[in-house]
Amino acid sequence: MTITFNKESFRGDYSYHNSATAIRRFPFPFDRDEYMYSVNMEPHKGGRPGSVFEARFDVDEHYVAEMEDRAITLSRDPMRCQSLPHMTLAGWDVLELIMTSKAQDYPDLFELHRDGNRWRWVNRPLGIDDTFTFLDETTLPYGPMEYITRQTQGDFAVLDQREGNLWMDAGMVTSQADWSLDFDIGMNFFEWHAPVPRAAEMGIFQRALKFLLNIQQDTPARRLNWTMTVNPRLDTSPETYPEWGPEKRSLTPENLGQKQYLRVELQSFWRLPRSNGLLFPIRCYLISLQDLVTVPKWGRRFHRVIRDLPEDLATYKGFIVNRPMIVDYLSRFDDGAPTSPGIWPD
Amino acid sequence: MIQLRLTDKTPLSPRITRFRFQHPDGAPLPVFSGGAHVMVEMQDGDILRRNAYSLISDPQDGSGYEIAVQREDQGRGGSRFMHEQAQPGMLMRLGQPVNLFGLNLTARKHLLIAGGVGITPFLGQIPELDRLGADYELRYCVRSRDEVAVDLPGAQLHVSDEGSRMDLDGVLGAQPIGTHLYVCGSARMIAAVLDRATALGWPPDALHSEEFLAPAPGEPFDVHCARSHKTLTVGAHQSMLEALEAAGIDAPWLCRGGACGQCETDVLACDGQIDHRDHWLHDDERNRKIMPCVSRFRGQLLTIDR
Ligand code: FES
Repeated sequence: MTITFNKESFRGDYSYHNSATAIRRFPFPFDRDEYMYSVNMEPHKGGRPGSVFEARFDVDEHYVAEMEDRAITLSRDPMRCQSLPHMTLAGWDVLELIMTSKAQDYPDLFELHRDGNRWRWVNRPLGIDDTFTFLDETTLPYGPMEYITRQTQGDFAVLDQREGNLWMDAGMVTSQADWSLDFDIGMNFFEWHAPVPRAAEMGIFQRALKFLLNIQQDTPARRLNWTMTVNPRLDTSPETYPEWGPEKRSLTPENLGQKQYLRVELQSFWRLPRSNGLLFPIRCYLISLQDLVTVPKWGRRFHRVIRDLPEDLATYKGFIVNRPMIVDYLSRFDDGAPTSPGIWPD
Repeated sequence: MIQLRLTDKTPLSPRITRFRFQHPDGAPLPVFSGGAHVMVEMQDGDILRRNAYSLISDPQDGSGYEIAVQREDQGRGGSRFMHEQAQPGMLMRLGQPVNLFGLNLTARKHLLIAGGVGITPFLGQIPELDRLGADYELRYCVRSRDEVAVDLPGAQLHVSDEGSRMDLDGVLGAQPIGTHLYVCGSARMIAAVLDRATALGWPPDALHSEEFLAPAPGEPFDVHCARSHKTLTVGAHQSMLEALEAAGIDAPWLCRGGACGQCETDVLACDGQIDHRDHWLHDDERNRKIMPCVSRFRGQLLTIDR
């Protein structure tokens, strides 16, 4: 598989764009014409050839630009990457998992050569060729988690498992949908889920926690989550709200198709063998509504989902103000025809 | 489950034997974390047994997995199978490593208390603690010297028939704030250590214990599986989970020892008394849930959601 990496930006002139291939492989998250919050986990064991589910850590045309954007965010705010002192071993787990997976899944892009603890890592797209000693932090330019996640798309939460709970004790978070690592660091599973509405659904969280605590080394899991963003911006963090918050008000019926984006997170969950921690990558995919509606099934369905979404969820997802305009735009692509089950284009 | 070859069988003490498993092609096995166990599958005649054993080899060494098994002549037969029938060269199926007894790496100090064969989970943790340069204290308690399975230079050995029993209150009282306590051994020993620690004011989150409950035998009983429309009899030496599996009913499990919560099952009707033997359910759940890996039932009929 050869990938041509886009030259594009996620800020300023927002030159981010999806090729025809990227549109077809977009992880559209709705398998029916309505949406209700659920935990919807499935095993993360590959998927349709060419889809974002196929590789363990999907690499796509946005890879190089996304890593450049991460470097900009980190240079402005180093606190977006943190690791509490007891999480170093888990960081090596993360590095090992990602390097071995990428070298196997994309042999033309990445290579890993291991001679005992002497490792050589080649990352062709980013022009990296480093030799280091596994488990010796002094031989890398950054801590192990930071080193490898500066080279891997998506945000990463690294969770420590203790006291029957999970603790957000390390992470690399530069493309978050409005949450803050600096605020959540050191919190447990229930504390960091606190802003979700409908406390009555607490039972869902208890079940989700139990599920996560039981994830085993050979059985990673995944789920999709979604929200909406104006402009293809990765860094929509609370810290930079003044920069992107006002953009919500720049939407007009004329520019909506181009500026309003569906933002889908592919979340996966991995047991880390050496530390018994959990890795929680949150990979973000962005698609403009005008690109989304080029798949007729998605245009129809997305209109129905957004139109019928309960008020509190639309507020929670941050687009309640613009909903009438969005529904109006999408209605032009919904002829009322029935849609086929499942998420895939017809 | 992975198929591995038993490559070595070495007695460590009169009752404890070490078993080493390696990949048949020599491929490396997944590394793990100290305190993890594996499920070992044994085809014992027409009975399929699955027993959990702590991994005692260095967690970072993927060249093989080692376990230590103490022979229990009164047990259900798993340890007898390992001692008598498992022979080097045999292929056996093992599960992935699972850790329900991990170290809390935020601890200032780790106090490890082992009773007899309860030393096994600590054997995986010691290399890890050494590598981290962590502060730890290991107390290894046995009844007599011939029970000692491993020579541990860093451990303080307590041999009760030589009069060097551990002074529990003294040990618990001498720890700095921020110490975490880990205890593994017989049910009685675990209860005694945890009771004393609690009485001395140790915070509950600093107390960790592991006891593999072997599903104890009991009277046979009947269980109705509502979802699969089947009624089964659980034999005296069989667990309810084993009975479900033998009947081809899909039931989840992880530890098979009442500790992980994975097999939790809803009770739909109960004409009798549930004999709860797990470490998982809260008191207020015990009238509507059961852990089929270890718990049993006395009465007319139990109806479960499987
Ligand atoms: S399988 Fe773990 S509690 Fe039953």
